[in-house]
Amino acid sequence: MLGIIRQKVGSAGFPASIVGQALQRVRPTAFASRNYSTAAKEMTVRDALNSALDEEMSADPKVFLMGEEVGEYQGAYKISKGLLEKYGPERVLDTPITEAGFAGIGVGAAYYGLRPVVEFMTFNFSMQAIDHIINSAAKSNYMSAGQLSVPIVFRGPNGAAAGVGAQHSQCYAAWYGSCPGLKVLAPYSSEDARGLLKAAIRDPDPVVFLENELLYGESFPVSAEALDSSFVLPIGKAKIEREGKDVTITAFSKMVGYALKAADILAKEGISAEIINLRSIRPLDRSTINASVWKTNRLVTVEEGFPQHGVGAEICMSVIEESFGYLDAPVERIAGADVPMPYAANLERMAVPQVEDIVRAAKRACYRSVPMAAAA
Amino acid sequence: MAVWFTRSGNVARHLKRNMGFLGKLNHSFLGFHQRNSSLVSPIDESYRNAVVVLNNAMALFSVRCSESTLAEAQRDSRYDEHENQILDFPGGQVTFTSEMRFISESPEKRTKCYQVLDDNGRPILGTSFQPLSKEFAVRMYSNMVTLQTMDTIFYEAQRQGRISFYVTSNGEEAINIASAAALTFDDVVLPQYREPGVLLWRGFTLQEFANQCFGNKGDNGKGRQMPIHYGSKKLNYFTVSSTIATQLPQAVGAAYSLKMDSKDACVITYFGDGGTSEGDFHAALNFAAVMGAPVIFICRNNGWAISTPTSEQFRSDGIVVRGQAYGVRSIRVDGNDALAVYTAVQTAREMAISEHRPILIEALTYRVGHHSTSDDSTKYRPVDEIEHWRMARDPVTRFRKWVEWNGWWSDEDESELRSSARKQILHAIQVAEKVEKPPLSDLFTDVYDHLPSNLLEQERLLRETIKRHPQDYPPEVPM
Repeated sequence: MLGIIRQKVGSAGFPASIVGQALQRVRPTAFASRNYSTAAKEMTVRDALNSALDEEMSADPKVFLMGEEVGEYQGAYKISKGLLEKYGPERVLDTPITEAGFAGIGVGAAYYGLRPVVEFMTFNFSMQAIDHIINSAAKSNYMSAGQLSVPIVFRGPNGAAAGVGAQHSQCYAAWYGSCPGLKVLAPYSSEDARGLLKAAIRDPDPVVFLENELLYGESFPVSAEALDSSFVLPIGKAKIEREGKDVTITAFSKMVGYALKAADILAKEGISAEIINLRSIRPLDRSTINASVWKTNRLVTVEEGFPQHGVGAEICMSVIEESFGYLDAPVERIAGADVPMPYAANLERMAVPQVEDIVRAAKRACYRSVPMAAAA
Repeated sequence: MAVWFTRSGNVARHLKRNMGFLGKLNHSFLGFHQRNSSLVSPIDESYRNAVVVLNNAMALFSVRCSESTLAEAQRDSRYDEHENQILDFPGGQVTFTSEMRFISESPEKRTKCYQVLDDNGRPILGTSFQPLSKEFAVRMYSNMVTLQTMDTIFYEAQRQGRISFYVTSNGEEAINIASAAALTFDDVVLPQYREPGVLLWRGFTLQEFANQCFGNKGDNGKGRQMPIHYGSKKLNYFTVSSTIATQLPQAVGAAYSLKMDSKDACVITYFGDGGTSEGDFHAALNFAAVMGAPVIFICRNNGWAISTPTSEQFRSDGIVVRGQAYGVRSIRVDGNDALAVYTAVQTAREMAISEHRPILIEALTYRVGHHSTSDDSTKYRPVDEIEHWRMARDPVTRFRKWVEWNGWWSDEDESELRSSARKQILHAIQVAEKVEKPPLSDLFTDVYDHLPSNLLEQERLLRETIKRHPQDYPPEVPM
């Protein structure tokens, strides 16, 4: 801990968070990788998102939801179940099929002072609206010199589902993460989903909120604190899901679950992996990642998206910039295959990182096996 | 007049050109549908009957806005008084017809254009318009002259290299000022980029225009954008964004917000003929109608989208006919007639707010100037066409004639106004040129609501670098 505090801290605002992180580490880490609180209540990610939307809409009449199928159909993935009935068609709008249209309308409403939550059926469809997300939402506060603020949230499932093919499986974390003016969040657990969505809705800047279809049905324990309607998680702060001392593994969204399983397997072989749930792609919590690398000296980044210009590439560069002297091994990057997602189940499985890939990468980083380059 | 129609293409000529092909189509149709005893060829008659067919269909088409789309029980088919079968389909009742008739792709006559003043500035006999007081009319006229003068001088300043870029609104002064005059300051404006007159009307000073063009410290855009990208939260004029037609769905969103607040205000948004080809135009009009958003869509159909004439932009009868396709009430107006624009916009505003509906106004005009200072329009259109519109059809002159005819303006007033405007604008430019540029800190603010630590860090590093290597950095950027 002393080592961490002694290190050069990038800029203002971080020392407090480092202490906060340190305090978090003092909490007992349970054996099942997900139990980080003493609560008994479990909640699916779907219910977590639904309750977050419900509470924010109830607290602030300016918040409204807009998207395809969000109203009468109760949401394409049932995330907005019950909201139309509770808040009426003025606040839960079923839109015609025009992503560009309703993204633009959402931005216009935000310009004028409402707080829209715009749902894309999947972020693949957000490409039809990407001009509005980038040019109308992300850049407006800057271009108008602070006169046009855009407190909008774009949310929806991101990344691969199961057997949905190339046009429904791309991960957009890297694309949106590269754009200044946007904040990009990627929750994993129900607590993440609740806290981050509430924070996103309350945030005055445009937020891209990347969910995951396969996580919607998964249950996680939630603490009483997380169930409170004033619960928010800070944007820009990663979470150490599991402490370790031998290798740092960063992941976000579904890959956090995979990384945790990989950590179990590695533990049996005597490698203690520290799993960081990024939670926030932009701003990236560089200090938590770097502090972890100072401790473990090895890094593996995991993501589902395409490898080139991915989130892992940015993390790797951040670590090289701040912690080069601490690395004992080259940074290992696990990403999806550099191909449009195939449909056949066996091919799809090979195009997305699996737990075994993470285990092998961690071992390579720990010099327990031959590096990939040397094997080529 | 003749010059204008020759160049831009005549709708009727389009029809005649295509008739030969369609005539051939007729024969194949007749061959197939022989069981139909009344063999009315579907296309030949359509030119005459297009309007009739359309009217019949519309009269029987009941629009139910707020019905749920849940399936209804199948009703028995019924018959109207002409023994034509009526059936329920999703969306409402439709009458059937045994005659197969295609609605023509273009109407026999183009939609008429609302005009109040003739070319000599006299009100047309029988016309109705909103009366103006002397003070108001003179104010409108002064603003039109100021806008025209400002455009001329800023354009020259760009040519002299004093500013990098400029966009004039020559020929569209009436649309700019008259539409602005018909609104209240609570009405929200989402412009394209050829509407500085609206800002001028609302009180944006000549100095503020100059400051933005020079990107100096006085610019309330903090020097972030190219010239003519004005914006003023105070005056309810959303900052100009270069992207075409993106302001249209945004306008609908803002209007929805006004509606939810039950404000006595509407949104007005401007775009050109070219902007109507964007997908955003379609989405915005469709949405506005569905949501009942109080927004006025004003299309400045000035005949040109940079070098693309309207004949290559669309094949419809301008923009006004598209309104009905989306369920939006629309009107075509003479954009060079200030009184017509004023009356139409004022009426549109009342309708939009009281009835919670969007209105589409197509203002026909001509883009006298080049698209921008990066364009030389003589390369793609004849100089005599431009000159004709600049001189004979000038909206400022036309309105002046009306104001003078009312005894409210004189030649002395004219020369005084023009020289005073010119002096003020030149002065504003001289001042703006000398004002300091925005400080370095303005490079990093407003990316987010609060300055994030990584940008603070970047600013710190930049300052350090400048301190160490001052000769590599421009001296006029204040630290």
